[in-house]
Amino acid sequence: MNKSTWLWLVLGLIGFCLLPWYVQEDGLWGFEWLVDGYPFDPDYAPALFLLMQGEKLWLLPLAFWLLLPIAAIGNSPKTVRYKANVLLLAGVLGLSWLAIQGYSIGLRGWNYEALATLFGPLDDRQYGMGAGALLVTAAFLFILTTGIAGRGAVNGDVFVVGAIGLIIAMVTVFIFFPIVQMLSSALRDNDGTYSLGIFLAKFLDNKIWGLNCLQGGTRCGVAWNSLFLAVLVGFSTTVLGLAFALVATRSGFKYKKLLRALTVLPIITPPFVIGLAIILLFGLSGSITQFVAELFNLQPTRWIYGLPGIYIAQMLSFTPIAFLVLIGVVEGVSPSMEEAAQTLRATKWQTFRTVSLPLMRPGLANAFLLGFIESMADFGNPLVLGGNYDVLSTEIFFAIVGAQNDQGKAAVLAIALLIFTLTAFYAQRRWLGKKSYTTKTGKGDGGMHVMLPRRVLLPCYFIAMTWGVFTVTVYGMILYGGFVETWGLNNTLTFKHYITAFGIGYNDFGIHFKGAAWDSFWTTLKIAATAAPLTAIVGLLTAWLLVRQNFAGKNAFEFGTMLSFAIPGTVIGVSYILAFNVPPIELTGTGAILVISFIFRNMPVGVRAGIASMSQIDKSLDEASLTLGANTWRTFTRIILPLMRPAILAALVFSFVRAMTAISAVIFLVSAEYNMATSYIIGRVENNDYGIAIAYSSVLIVVMLAVVGLMQLLVGRVDTRRRLSQSESKA
Amino acid sequence: MSESQFGSKAASVEFQQVSKIYGKTVMAVDSVSLHVEAGELVTLLGPSGCGKTTTLRMIAGLEMASSGSIKIGDTDVTHVPATDRDVSMVFQSYALFPHMTVLENVSYGLKISKMKKAEVLDRAESGLELVGLSGYGSRLPSELSGGQQQRVAVARALVLEPQVLLFDEPLSNLDAKLRRQVREDIREIQTKLGLTVVYVTHDQEEALAVSDRIIVMNNAVIAQIGAPRELYAQPVNEFVADFIGEANLFDAQVTDVNDTLATVTIGDMQITIAANGNAVGPARLAVRPQAIDLYDVGEPNSLSGVVRKASYAGSHMEYQVETAAGQVFVVSDAETDRTVGADVCLRFRSTGPVLLPPA
Ligand SMILES: Nc1ncnc2c1ncn2[C@@H]1O[C@H](COP(=O)(O)OP(=O)(O)O)[C@@H](O)[C@H]1O
Ligand SMILES: [Mg+2]
Repeated sequence: MNKSTWLWLVLGLIGFCLLPWYVQEDGLWGFEWLVDGYPFDPDYAPALFLLMQGEKLWLLPLAFWLLLPIAAIGNSPKTVRYKANVLLLAGVLGLSWLAIQGYSIGLRGWNYEALATLFGPLDDRQYGMGAGALLVTAAFLFILTTGIAGRGAVNGDVFVVGAIGLIIAMVTVFIFFPIVQMLSSALRDNDGTYSLGIFLAKFLDNKIWGLNCLQGGTRCGVAWNSLFLAVLVGFSTTVLGLAFALVATRSGFKYKKLLRALTVLPIITPPFVIGLAIILLFGLSGSITQFVAELFNLQPTRWIYGLPGIYIAQMLSFTPIAFLVLIGVVEGVSPSMEEAAQTLRATKWQTFRTVSLPLMRPGLANAFLLGFIESMADFGNPLVLGGNYDVLSTEIFFAIVGAQNDQGKAAVLAIALLIFTLTAFYAQRRWLGKKSYTTKTGKGDGGMHVMLPRRVLLPCYFIAMTWGVFTVTVYGMILYGGFVETWGLNNTLTFKHYITAFGIGYNDFGIHFKGAAWDSFWTTLKIAATAAPLTAIVGLLTAWLLVRQNFAGKNAFEFGTMLSFAIPGTVIGVSYILAFNVPPIELTGTGAILVISFIFRNMPVGVRAGIASMSQIDKSLDEASLTLGANTWRTFTRIILPLMRPAILAALVFSFVRAMTAISAVIFLVSAEYNMATSYIIGRVENNDYGIAIAYSSVLIVVMLAVVGLMQLLVGRVDTRRRLSQSESKA
Repeated sequence: MSESQFGSKAASVEFQQVSKIYGKTVMAVDSVSLHVEAGELVTLLGPSGCGKTTTLRMIAGLEMASSGSIKIGDTDVTHVPATDRDVSMVFQSYALFPHMTVLENVSYGLKISKMKKAEVLDRAESGLELVGLSGYGSRLPSELSGGQQQRVAVARALVLEPQVLLFDEPLSNLDAKLRRQVREDIREIQTKLGLTVVYVTHDQEEALAVSDRIIVMNNAVIAQIGAPRELYAQPVNEFVADFIGEANLFDAQVTDVNDTLATVTIGDMQITIAANGNAVGPARLAVRPQAIDLYDVGEPNSLSGVVRKASYAGSHMEYQVETAAGQVFVVSDAETDRTVGADVCLRFRSTGPVLLPPA
C-alpha cells in the first residue's frame, strides 16, 4: 500500500483507539478529558476502551473495516486492481456503518420504533460524534477515495480524487443533508408520523398564499408579499445599477472613482444598518418626519414601516450589487459594434437603442435575478422595518423564536422561500450562468465606447446624483447617530453609547473590557477569522477542481457547490437547527456551527473568484510542473497557489467581512456563549435601544473598512516586495 | 558552450496501436504505431489539427491513451501519469513559472527529485551554461527576451536528464531570424548529449533540417515514416508528396513492367522509372517542380503546353504551364525567360518523377 493509505489507516486507528469517541462538553479543542478519567470514563473514552468495557458494541464493526485493508493487503504483491477494490470496500462499509449506527441509535436509544420491535429494546444511548469519530470518518472517506483513484479515476490521482471526495462529502453533509432534514420535518406532523396531507394543508395555508388583498381585504399571503417585493426590488436595482454603470463608463463624469467606491459599501455594511438609518430619517421621530411635520403642521405617522421602508432599504443595499454586475456587462459591449452602427449612419440614440441595449440584455436579466434573490433572502431590513408587511424570511424566524416555536411551520415557510430562490437561481444558470464565468481576454479590439446620448445621460446623472446624496446621508446618519442621546427626542451629543458598549476599565488584573459589546465583538472577530481561511481554501480548491480537472459528474459537482448561493440564510439557519441539534452531528450552541454556516454560505463567491483568477493562469504551467516530476499536490501548492495570491487575499477579505456582517443564518445559530455582533445589535434594536445599536454598527463598518484597506495595501505590497528582493539578490 | 556534466539516460519510445478519443467522437489519434530509437531526433510533422500535439502529450503522460500501449525504454508506461514518467517537455508557450527566478525555474524539477542542495545548484548552473545563459539566474522570466525564455525552458527540461525530451512547436513564438539559430542549437545539444528527442512542427522545412527521421501525420494517422531524404525522394502517397516540398501529381498509364522498372506514359511522353509495386494500368506520378525542365517547341518525347503564368522570385522563376495532362507547376533558373502565352515543351529529369505505390 502507498504512503497516504497507510497514513489514513494509522490516523483512523488513532481516532478509534486514542481519541474520545463522543463529543466533549468543552468543545473539540477542550482537553478536560485528558485529566478526568480518560481513557475509561465512558464520556471520554475512545471507541476501543468503550468496547473493552463491553459498551457501545455497535461500534465494533468499524474496527473490522479499518483493519480490513491491512489484513487483506498488507504488503503482499496483489494486483493494483485488487488493492483498490479492498480499499473501496473498506471505505464504503466504514462510512455506511458510521451513518447507519449514528442514525439508528440516539440520545434515547433506538431512534425508530421499527428498530425497537425488530431488535428488542435497547437500554443504551449515544451522543454526537467527537474527535475520535470525526477522525475515523475522515479516514474512511480518504480510504474510499484512494480506492476510487486506484481503480483509475482521474488518471489514478489520489490527491484530486481525495479533494473531490472531501468537497462532495462536505457539501452533502452541510448543504444537502440539512435541507433534506428540513423537508422531512415539514412532511411530519407533531407526533412524528409522515403525512403528505398535513404537509399540503400547511403548505397551502391562506397565510402563505392567500390573495385576500386583491379582493379588498387587508392582507395577502406572505409568499405574495415576498414575491412582489423581490420583483420590485430586482427591477429597480437593475435600472439604478444600469444608470450608474452607464455614467461610470460612458460619460465625462468626473467622479467615476467615487462611484466605483460605492460598490464596496454593501460588502462592509451589515444588511440591517441601512434599515436603521431609514428609521433615523423617516421613523416616527426621524429627522425628515419631524421636519416635514413641523413645516406642514402634520401628525407624524409610521408610514415607513412596511413595504415602503423595506423597499427603500433594499434598493439602497442592493443597487451596488447590480452596479457591479452591470459595469462588466456595459464594458463588455464591444466598441467596434457601436462604431460599426455609427458608420452605418445610426445616431447615438439609435445606436444605443438598437445595438448596445440589446447586447446588454442577458446581463440585465442576470442583474434582475440577483436582485430578486437578494431581496427574497434579506432578513435584516424586513426585521427592523417590516411593520405589518410580513415576508417569508422574517416569518420563518418568528415561527421558530416566537411563542409558537413551530419548527414544522418554519420548515414549510422555508420551503416556499427556497422554491422562489431556487427557481430564480435555476433560471439564471440555465440562461446566463455560463456567461458570467468567461473572463475578458486581453484581446481588445480597440475603439472607444460611444458616449451616451443626452436623453439617456441626463436621467442617468439625475438618478446617480440623487442616490449618491441619499447614500452619503444614510451613512452620515449612522456615524452621527451613535453620538446622539436619544434620536429625535433629545438630540444632545454624548459618548454614552460608546462607553456602554465599548468601555474599557482597569482593575487588579490589568485592562478590563467592561463594555457590553466586547464579548460579542471578540467572538465575531474570532469566528470570522476562523471562517475566512477555511472558506478561501474550500472555495479555491473547488475552483481548481472545476477549472483544471476532468472527472465524471463535473456538472453536477459544479451545480452542487454553487447551490448554496441560492439558499437564503434564514433557510440555512432553520435547517441547521433541525439537522444538527441531535446526534450524530451535534453542533448547535457551538462556535463550529457558525463557522460552518459561513463557510458554506460564502463558498460560491470563493469559487467564482477562484475560477476567474485560475482561468487567467496558462494551463501549460501546471503541465510543465507535472512533466518536471511534481505531483498534483505540489503543483497546486507551488505553482497555482502562489500565482493566485491576489485572488486568495480577496477571498479571505470577502469571507471575513461577510462573516462579520451576516445576520440571517446567524440569528438562529448564536448561543449565550457564542453571540455575534449582528445578533447583539438586532437584540438592541428590538429593545428600542437604537443608540447602542447604531454606535456598534459604526464600529463594525469602520473595522471592516480598515480590514479591506489593509488587505488592499497588502496585495499591492506583495508584488513590490517580490521585485525588491529580486533586485537585491541581483546586486 | 562548455563540456557538460549531463549524461544521457536516453531511451526509446514505442507506440503500439495507440488511439486517443476526446469525449465520445473526436478521434485525435487513430491506432498509431511508431518507434523512436534511443538517441534519435524524430519530428512529428503534419498540418494543424492532425494529432501531433496529442501524440506528444501521450508520450509525456499528460493525456492517457484511450487504447493501445506505450513503452519508454523497456517499461510499459501506458497508465503511468506524467509525474512518474521520466520525460520532460518544452512547451510552445515555454510555461516558465512567472513567480520564480530563472534559477528557481531550472532547479524546480531537481529539487523535487530530492537531490542535495549543492548538487541542485550545481546542475542548474551548468544547465544554464549549456544554453548560454549563465549569469541570468536571478532574473524573472518576464525580464528575458523570447529567445532567452525559450532557452530557459530547454535548460529546465534538460537538467533532469530525461529519458525522452519533447518539444511542441518550439520555434513558433520566435521571430523568423531567430528560428534557424535556435533549431540549430537544439540539434547541437541533442547530438552532443545523445538525447532522445521528439519534436513537433507543422513546418516541413524545419522538419527536414533538424530530424534524423520524420513521422508525417495526416488526419490522426501516420502517412509515412522515414529519413528526410527518403520522404522527399520517395513519398508513398499524394499527401506526403505534396506536403513535403510541393509536387505535381499526374494521372499516368503504366504500359509495361519489367522486373522493378515500369514504362509509364503521360500524355505524349514516355519514361522508365522504378515501378514501386505498380502493375500495368493507371497510376499516379509525382514530380517536383524543380525536376522539370522547359524546352522549345519540337523537343522529342516531351509534354507540350502553354505558359499561363510566369513570376519572378529572385533566385528562380515560377511557371504555371497548361498541358494535356493538367496544370503543371515548374520552377527553373532565374535566367529562363518565357513569356505568358508562349508554347513550350516539358521534360522530367531522370531522378525527378516517382510512381506512387498503389493505394
Ligand atoms: N482537449 C481536447 N478536447 C477535444 N478535442 C481535442 C482536444 N485536444 C485536441 N483535440 C482535437 O484533436 C485533434 C488533434 O489535435 P492536436 O493534437 O492538438 O493537433 P495538432 O497539434 O496536430 O495541431 C484536433 O481535431 C483537435 O480539435
Ligand atoms: Mg499542436
